[in-house]
Amino acid sequence: MAKSLGPVKRKFSPWTDPSAVPFIRFENITKRFGDFTAVDNLTLDIYEREFFSLLGPSGCGKTTLMRMLAGFEEPTEGRILLQGKDISGVPPYRRPTNMMFQSYALFPHMTVEKNIAFGLEQDNLPKGEIATRVEEMLKLVKLEQFAKRKPNQLSGGQRQRVALARSLAKRPKVLLLDEPLGALDKKLREETQFELMDLQTKLGLTFLIVTHDQEEAMTVSDRIAVMDKGLIMQVATPAEIYEAPNSRYVADFIGDINILEGTVASTDSALGAPGTVRIDCDGIAVSVEQECQAVVGDKVAFAVRPEKVRIAPDQPAVTSVNAVYGEVWDIGYLGDFSVFLVKLADGRVVRAAQANVSRLVDRPITFGDMVWLTWPLDAGLVLTR
Amino acid sequence: MASVSETHPANKPSPARWLVVAVPYLWLLLFFVAPFLIIFKISLSETAIAMPPYTPLFDGFGAIGDFVSELDFDNYLFLTDDPLYIEAYLSSLRIAVISTFLLLLIGYPMALAMARAPTMLRPTLVMLVILPFWTSFLIRVYAWIGILKPDGLLTLLFQSVGLFGADDQVQIFRTDYAVFIGIVYSYLPFMVLPLYSALEKMDNTLLEAASDLGCPPWKAFWKITFPLSLPGVIAGSMICFIPITGEFVIPDLLGGADTLMIGKTLWTEFFGNRDWPLASAVAVILLIMLVVPIMIFQNQQKKVA
Repeated sequence: MAKSLGPVKRKFSPWTDPSAVPFIRFENITKRFGDFTAVDNLTLDIYEREFFSLLGPSGCGKTTLMRMLAGFEEPTEGRILLQGKDISGVPPYRRPTNMMFQSYALFPHMTVEKNIAFGLEQDNLPKGEIATRVEEMLKLVKLEQFAKRKPNQLSGGQRQRVALARSLAKRPKVLLLDEPLGALDKKLREETQFELMDLQTKLGLTFLIVTHDQEEAMTVSDRIAVMDKGLIMQVATPAEIYEAPNSRYVADFIGDINILEGTVASTDSALGAPGTVRIDCDGIAVSVEQECQAVVGDKVAFAVRPEKVRIAPDQPAVTSVNAVYGEVWDIGYLGDFSVFLVKLADGRVVRAAQANVSRLVDRPITFGDMVWLTWPLDAGLVLTR
Repeated sequence: MASVSETHPANKPSPARWLVVAVPYLWLLLFFVAPFLIIFKISLSETAIAMPPYTPLFDGFGAIGDFVSELDFDNYLFLTDDPLYIEAYLSSLRIAVISTFLLLLIGYPMALAMARAPTMLRPTLVMLVILPFWTSFLIRVYAWIGILKPDGLLTLLFQSVGLFGADDQVQIFRTDYAVFIGIVYSYLPFMVLPLYSALEKMDNTLLEAASDLGCPPWKAFWKITFPLSLPGVIAGSMICFIPITGEFVIPDLLGGADTLMIGKTLWTEFFGNRDWPLASAVAVILLIMLVVPIMIFQNQQKKVA
């Protein structure tokens, strides 16, 4: 069934253009609640038409950052610029941002129609225009036949659509989404993620989404900011965050990864120039091709994603480097993938994932098998932070 | 399979369940329905100078024929004849409506402030609202006499701050104003508590959402907060309006000779004139008058549930 998916996602990377003017700029923002520092001297640029995610565990300051942009909280220090203008002190009802709340915050005493019209009525638009706009929004979220219902007569997914329509009705410059899909089941969530992306492209708006679901952030975003304890750990595209995390924290937070602690044995990589870095991880010799500023003797971590680790019962040609030998300790069958947990002689566990490309009922590798795990030079990463 | 629902404990009332349901009904039957029937019966009698001061017209079911033929609606007719009673009813309603409005005006901001107060402070604030109940209602109304009477505390206060000369006195006591002050003071907790419970339940993100959509706080109050607190407004208004209409103590102690309230009229008929049948008729009419707002209240409660 060919379903209309809207325009093809365009190549979009204003953050690589030094002349591009950021749409939203958080400048040295600090927010304290009593003794607790929720956001710590944070600077961040977001560009027009960007789908930007703030990703992090609960309590990392991502929601606080968003609420400061909406105007519900004022920064303790620093300032927020929207299109170059300082918006500190502007009350929420005068900001050109609209928010979709985690709890949806639909007005229970108003019908779906009234909820969507609420923002437009505040602008004193003519009645006819409001009606047209509401109709347009209802069509956009496919809720035409529910216009006269009250929120408590709707399902969770329908409420979420009403909340989205209400926040989009005023055509805000920036749409803020606070854990928007948290209450939906997995299937509906995935569907809605694609719909959100489609909408964002179609309407040409800037979306800022707060989420703790890394899959969601990866799916929808142009760029992701990974946050921890009020600090931004890394800002990059989903692919960069996944393939080139800049720290143990980011590597561990996004997806599944093997991390082996070690020391640099030799390196011919210099600043700005990739080279081969050899690391000794307590008896496992690892070699990585990467640009790396670490010098010999530095404590670093070697990280490799399970799907980049090859698992085989046969001994590889080279066993001295990028290869470990161990016993299959556990197998996680995920349908599309199987994850093998391999226990090394010294007790460490290394994970390898294998795509289940054929419908083999008896997989050749099973519990207790002795296997070799190998990975190429460019599969792993050296993490210095 | 069909027996599943029949054997379900919720569908088969046990004796204990019956008892739990029966107790409040029994209570109502004994202390409301039975007395009401007695009053109703008295209201259909004739006055007599005797002990008790009425002639019974209904003696057992054997005399139903006689009873119907001799039923005496004179008392009810008399109530429509004498403008005093109609005026007393209307005046009671007027005082109750104005008082309820004043109570809303004062109680709503109080309840709102309580609901918006820090969570830690709220139990203390609720306690403070309930605190007056620790003193007898009658004593509190007497205390107002001490405050409002011409040589009372209020006069002294005004004189001491220089607002009043030595000969000026506050002329509130024994007027309708004193009645309003007494009623508003006495019934305020009954207005504040239902309002507070309605406002406290409200989700604050609704106001954030309104603000986010361009609605300034003062407008959001009328668009969001007030409509959502309506069940509390109606509950509080009914709980105050109904007893205020029949209020006797406050107009008797604080009101003047011209303060006309049906509760006072009732008392005068019963104890002053010893006209039990007429007094009973007054009470029956009052009850019927109040049943209407009670039914509105019940209906509203059902809608909320």
